[in-house]
Amino acid sequence: MIRLALALAFSLLVIPAAHALDAAEMFDDPQLEARARDIGRELRCLVCQNESIFDSNAGLARDLRVLVRERMQAGDSDEEVVAFIADRYGDFVLLKPRVTAQTYVLWGAPAIFLVLGTLAVFAYHQRRRKTAAAAPLSDEDRREAQRLLHGGDA
Amino acid sequence: MITELGHLALWIALAAALVQSIVPLWGTRARSASAMRVADTAAQVQFLGAAAAFGALTWAYVVSDFSLANVIMNSHSSKPMLYKVTGVWANHEGSMLLWVLMLALFGVLISVFGRMIPVVMRSTVLAVQAMIGVGFYLFILLTSNPFLRVASPPLDGQGMNPLLQDPGVAFHPPLLYLGYVGFSTAFSFAVAALITGRVDPAWARWMRPWVLIAWSGLTAGIALGSWWSYYELGWGGFWFWDPVENASFMPWLIGTALLHSAIVVEKRNALLKWTILLSILTFSLSLIGTFLVRSGILSSVHAFATDPGRGAFILALLIIYVGGALMLYTWRAATIGEGGVFSIWSRESGLLVNNMGLTAATGVVFVGTLYPLGLELFNGAKITVGAPYFNQAFLPVFGFIMFAAGIGPFLSWKRARPAVVLKKTAFGLAVTVLLTAGVALAFGLRDAVGLFGLFIALWLAVATLQDLAARAGLPRVSPGVALRRIAGLPRSAWGLYLGHLGLAIAAAGVVAVSVWKEEAIQTVAFGTPVEVGPYAFTLDKVENSTGPNYQTSIATVTVSRGGTTLVTLHPERRFYPVEGQPTTEAGIATMWHGDIYAVLGDPDGRGGFVTRYYYNPGVPWMWFGALMMTLAALVSLTDRRLRIGAPARRLAAQPAE
Repeated sequence: MIRLALALAFSLLVIPAAHALDAAEMFDDPQLEARARDIGRELRCLVCQNESIFDSNAGLARDLRVLVRERMQAGDSDEEVVAFIADRYGDFVLLKPRVTAQTYVLWGAPAIFLVLGTLAVFAYHQRRRKTAAAAPLSDEDRREAQRLLHGGDA
Repeated sequence: MITELGHLALWIALAAALVQSIVPLWGTRARSASAMRVADTAAQVQFLGAAAAFGALTWAYVVSDFSLANVIMNSHSSKPMLYKVTGVWANHEGSMLLWVLMLALFGVLISVFGRMIPVVMRSTVLAVQAMIGVGFYLFILLTSNPFLRVASPPLDGQGMNPLLQDPGVAFHPPLLYLGYVGFSTAFSFAVAALITGRVDPAWARWMRPWVLIAWSGLTAGIALGSWWSYYELGWGGFWFWDPVENASFMPWLIGTALLHSAIVVEKRNALLKWTILLSILTFSLSLIGTFLVRSGILSSVHAFATDPGRGAFILALLIIYVGGALMLYTWRAATIGEGGVFSIWSRESGLLVNNMGLTAATGVVFVGTLYPLGLELFNGAKITVGAPYFNQAFLPVFGFIMFAAGIGPFLSWKRARPAVVLKKTAFGLAVTVLLTAGVALAFGLRDAVGLFGLFIALWLAVATLQDLAARAGLPRVSPGVALRRIAGLPRSAWGLYLGHLGLAIAAAGVVAVSVWKEEAIQTVAFGTPVEVGPYAFTLDKVENSTGPNYQTSIATVTVSRGGTTLVTLHPERRFYPVEGQPTTEAGIATMWHGDIYAVLGDPDGRGGFVTRYYYNPGVPWMWFGALMMTLAALVSLTDRRLRIGAPARRLAAQPAE
């Protein structure tokens, strides 16, 4: 029992401080707040595994949320806020990668795959039509067909 | 003692798998029926070995045997029994054991229910299945042994991640593995077809039930995981495009393509080579998923037991199996015929377009998931590819697939009449446009992406119902006759309609929650109502209590609409002292149109609490749609044509001539 009590007492000390989005950091204006959340959903919490700063409870995520709001207060547009943070923390914070030379393939992927797929489907039909035409029935096949159709021994 | 027996049983399973992968293949060369039949016996021995090993580990968890390193790391004597048992597969070693158990189970099921499959094919399939097994038994025994003892056992274990102590996520891995591992059967059938040179409608008929089971399990597993993250993580979200979510989603997408292309082989003896290739690719993506989760190569909320040595071992297995199968394919594909011909306007073409779209969608998820890794290896640049990318790149492709899925059933086999198809499509489109406009006006929707999503979901529902009505003879026949005709449709047709309608409903749910979701995050005092859409949430009280292995604060939140009380929610905030972790349990009330959802946060120290309140329209539709898709595959499985052994019984029933 003492062991359990000690365990409890100790564990209470190590409860990670939760920094979920809370009312204190929020804007009063719902439109500003909605913008802040949309920006927050596009920025990655750097110490988390693939969570946005909007979703994360980590302290660093909270700091970034506050920074986003400060920049907005200073009159930055959405793009300016995102650029401000990306300049300081690198492209790694952008959940939606920028279109640059090194992400052309990434952003082109849907179009590339759909075009390749469509070409493959047409090529398949083209080739099948040729092979189908290239293999006409031989006379022997015709005789066999006649035999089967009429049931006689041709 | 039981532990050592379990360890031994695993070695026996490995030995049986070795025999099973060599003797039957030799038998097919030497034309020795008895050697081929060794496959059946070996499959049974292998399954018993794997089951005994799994049973032994489960026993160690049940009795809390803290002389096992695996039990120490993942269990605790105060855990409820349910989570002691599910703790077996909530860690790397145990889940690999579940993985091979499933693999052996599928082997023994093929041996038992595949009696009508000619012995050459059956023994070859089982041999390939065993070859996969050999690699994974070696992986467990050499790098991830769950039966390791420690010299001085501690008094108690370290517990299990409390997020996983939940009924939803407890059964998520077994269902997921049913899918992942179930696709191994498609792989085995494909490789066996390449070895024996036999690909025909009968082959597709033998393979398809296993693909249906696997797909059904994977659908349920993914939906269960998504449901769990929805109610447990407390963000009101359900899908985060996390690398490991993607790892399970890729086999699902390409497995869906396989499910459809196998229909073409079965009914029309066409797309033979493509179906073989898809079978190989589907299981390859399952293996890649296993590799991504366990190698720690991608950062993810799911990655567990990350160890480069294990990663390298799985990578080697991946290269051997996938590379081997693809080499066999390039070598032997020429011996497989092209199969039947069909015109551009035909059901076959429609299914080919489905396959093309699903493969492209898989490709997008694949590129998005692995791009950061590839780029970092290439030039060291670190980027992130997150949810916003996938929403923009994947959803249009998937929208295209759903649009095509509406038209597909209008097309008849081999040669469709374009005029008929176009007329039906035009009618369906007109109805859909009217419905979309009606919903948009009634509920206020001006967002272009939301409108497009709504249009696509409605279109698939309208087109599917339109095809069902036409098949029932409406409007020419009376409703009674139509109902009887619908009841008399083959089960596979039921599978089509249930599956496509389920997809439409789930998609409508996704669209609804992304467009009309309402949320409010605030610090509240007791008794002060908060407006969320048409609902008013009032925090009445917060009481402290204890569970079997946690302490909890339970809130009482009353939700009313227009002054009348609708429902009382009880969101919780738990604390697990053994693991030192808090969890949230959302309070959710489900109505036909959506969920009312409340999360309790931290106290603010002045008598108030941080709370998150949501109205999530459409979310129940997603779960319902996923359930329909899961059932659709099972209903399809009961179709006469697929009832394994049915042809044999019919033959036996014929009077002797």
